[in-house]
Amino acid sequence: MTDTHADYQLSQLDQLEAESIHIFREVAAEFEKPVLMFSGGKDSIVMLRLAEKAFYPAKIPFPVLQVDTGYDFPEVLACRDSWVNRLGVRLVVASVEEAIKSGIVVDDGKTSRNRLQIGTLLNAIEEEGFTAAFGGGRRDEEKARAKERVYSHRDDFGQWDPKNQRPELWSLYNGRLHEGEHMRIFPLSNWTELDIWHYIDREQIEIPSIYFSHQRRVFQRDGMLLSESEFNPLRSGESVEERTVRFRTVGDLTLTGCVESDAANTAEIIDEIAIAKVTERGATRGDDRFSEAAMEDRKKEGYF
Amino acid sequence: MTPPETTATDGEVEHQHAIKESADLLRFATAGSVDDGKSTLIGRLLLDSKAIFEDQLESVESTSKSRGYDYTDLALLTDGLRSEREQGITIDVAYRYFATPNRKFIIADTPGHVQYTRNMVTGASTADLGLVLVDARQGLTEQSRRHAVILSLLRVPHLVLAVNKMDLVDFSEDVYNRIHKEFTSFATKLSIPDLEIIPISALLGDNVVTRSEKMPWYSGPTLMHHLEHVHVASDRDLVDVRFPVQYVIRPKSDEFHDYRGYGGQVAGGVLKPGDEVVVLPSGMTSKIAKIDLFDKEIGEAFPPMSVTVHLEDDVDVSRGDMIARVNNAPKPSQDIDAMVCWMTNEPLRPRQKLAIKHTTRTGRAMVKDVQYRLDVNSLHRDQETKELGLNEIGRVQLRTTMPLLCDPYSKNRTTGSFILIDEATGVTVGAGMINSGT
Repeated sequence: MTDTHADYQLSQLDQLEAESIHIFREVAAEFEKPVLMFSGGKDSIVMLRLAEKAFYPAKIPFPVLQVDTGYDFPEVLACRDSWVNRLGVRLVVASVEEAIKSGIVVDDGKTSRNRLQIGTLLNAIEEEGFTAAFGGGRRDEEKARAKERVYSHRDDFGQWDPKNQRPELWSLYNGRLHEGEHMRIFPLSNWTELDIWHYIDREQIEIPSIYFSHQRRVFQRDGMLLSESEFNPLRSGESVEERTVRFRTVGDLTLTGCVESDAANTAEIIDEIAIAKVTERGATRGDDRFSEAAMEDRKKEGYF
Repeated sequence: MTPPETTATDGEVEHQHAIKESADLLRFATAGSVDDGKSTLIGRLLLDSKAIFEDQLESVESTSKSRGYDYTDLALLTDGLRSEREQGITIDVAYRYFATPNRKFIIADTPGHVQYTRNMVTGASTADLGLVLVDARQGLTEQSRRHAVILSLLRVPHLVLAVNKMDLVDFSEDVYNRIHKEFTSFATKLSIPDLEIIPISALLGDNVVTRSEKMPWYSGPTLMHHLEHVHVASDRDLVDVRFPVQYVIRPKSDEFHDYRGYGGQVAGGVLKPGDEVVVLPSGMTSKIAKIDLFDKEIGEAFPPMSVTVHLEDDVDVSRGDMIARVNNAPKPSQDIDAMVCWMTNEPLRPRQKLAIKHTTRTGRAMVKDVQYRLDVNSLHRDQETKELGLNEIGRVQLRTTMPLLCDPYSKNRTTGSFILIDEATGVTVGAGMINSGT
C-alpha cells in the first residue's frame, strides 16, 4: 500500500487526473459507442494513458480512431502502433487519401489536409455510428476553445453551435442525443500545456521522438521551420538546411513547423515551455493563422 | 501607517515562472461587466503571471489598433467567440488558466448582466472562490449584490469583493470604507463563510499583484496574494463518506478473473479498507476489501480522488448506487425540496415532467410546486407566481421516479446538486441545489 495522506491534499495534477478519469468513466457508462480520437500527439497519448487508468485492469472499452492525412510523421505512426499494441485496443484508421478517392472530400489542391480531415472524420463517425468521440483539445489552446464544454454537442451535420451550448454545471454531464447527433468529449479541458508535460514527465509516458531535440533537414516558410519531405515541395527561394529542432505539436507535416531547441528530455522541455513567449499553436501551426477566428470556423464545421 | 506585510512575496510572482508543478489548485469565478473592469483585471492577472504569450498580445494589440482604440483592449483576450468580439460583450462562460509557483488557477469568467444569470450559476458551480468587482465611483450596485447572492446560493465558500478603479477616486480610504461597510452589512443576510474586500486598480495594477503605494491605509493582502494563499483544502467534507458508483470494472480476463471493482469519484469522507459500509438504495452492508488507484492499492481515498473500491461480499452493486457508512448515510428520497435556477425560455411550471441527473443516477422528476421565486437583487420571495422563467431562481418541490441518495447542498455540493433535462430537446434546462429530501 502507498503512503497515507496525512493532510488529505491532492496535488493539482492528481486533481486533474481524477477529473479526467471521472469523465472517461461517465462516457463509457452513458454512451453506446464511444471512440477516442487519436492524433498521435502528446495530448491524445495522455488521453490514452488516462483511459488506461480509468478502466484498469480491464481493457479500454472503446476503440481508437485515427485520421490518416497521408502526411503523418513516421515517428508518430510508430508511437501509435506501440501504444495500440500494448493496450490491446482496436484501431480504426480513417484515411484522407481514401476519402478523396471515394469523393467524400474534394482535394482542390488549395485546401490543406488538416481541413480535409474534417469531412473524413465526420464520415468515419457516421459510418461506424460513434455517439461520443474523445478529443484531446484543451481550453488553454485558443480563444474559441476556452468556451467549449467538456461534453460538446454536435448536430447531425457534425457542427458545433457556440451560441447554443448546453450549460454544464458541477461534474454533472448531460449526454442526451438525438438520432444522428454525437458528442465530442474533452477530458483534458482543464489541462494546460505545462500540465501535460509535467504529467508525461511524472508518468514516464512514451511519446513520439520528434518532440525531443534532433537533427532535421528543414526550410523556412511563412516564418515557420518546416520539415523537408516529398509531400512538401520547395518553392522558389526556399532552401533546405540542417538544424537542431523539435516539434511542439504534431500534425500534418506539410503544415506543422518545428522550433530550434536543444531540449532532449521532458525535464528540459518543461524548462523551455515555462519561458516560452509564443503559444504552441501560434508558433507552429499554419492552420490557425489564416484568420483571427480560424479555429472557431473550423470547430463549427466539425474540427476536433 | 506602514503596510504590515512585506511586498517581496507579492512582487516575486511577476518574475517567476511555474517551472515546478504547481502544488495546488484554485478554481474561481469572476462576475462583472465590461464597465467594472473585469476583463482588464483578468488580463492583468494573466499578463503579470506570464500566462499571456506574445502572439496573443500581438493579436489583441493589432485588433485594438484596427478598431481605432488608443489603448490595448485586454478584454479582447477573454472574449473568444467572434460574435462576442463584434458586440464587445461576454455572453458565455470562458475558462482561463494561469499558474504561479504556489498554485494553478482556473478562472470561470462569466458575464455579469441579469440575462446571463444562468452562465454565472454555471461558472460558480465549480468555484472555490468568487470574485465580484465593483466600480469605486459607483459603489455597490444591484448587479454586484446579485452576484454576491448567486455565489452564496451556489455555496462558493470564499468571496472577494474587489473595489476597482480606486485611481479614479484618488485612492480614497473613505470611499473604500463606505463600500466595505455597506457590503459587510448586506453580506450578513447571505451565507459567505469567508470575505475579503480589496481596493485595487486593475488598470494601473495597484494591489493586484504588487502592493499599492498609493493606499498605505490598506493593510490587507493584494489580490494575487490572497488568491495564492486562501485556504481551500478544508472546504471539502472529510467526515461523511459518499461514494457514488460510476462504473463497474470487470476485466473478465484470465489474469483478473474474479476482479470486480466499483469505479467512482469520492464525493465525501475518507474511505479505508476494513470500513463497514452500506450500499444504497439496497441497504446491504459489507466491508471495504481494498481500494485501487490504477495498479496500486491505497490506504485511504478522499475527495476528489477517482478510485476503484472493492467490497468483501459479493453484493449486487451497480452504477447509480452509493457507498456510505452504516451509521452515516443519506436517506433515499423521492420528494425533493430544492432551489432551482431555470435556464431556458419556456418557463418551469407545476406538473411539468423532466429528466433529472443526480450524481450517477438518472431518472425522471415531476414539478409538484413552485413555492416562491427569489428576487436575486432584493432577496424578496415572490409567492404569487407559480412559474420560473429564464434566469430565474426559485424554491421548487419535485417528486422523482427513483429515490435520490442526496444530502443538503449546504453539506455537500456533489451529493446536493442535480441538473434537469428537457426530455424532448435533450437540453439542460435547470440546475438544482437540494434543501432537503424526504
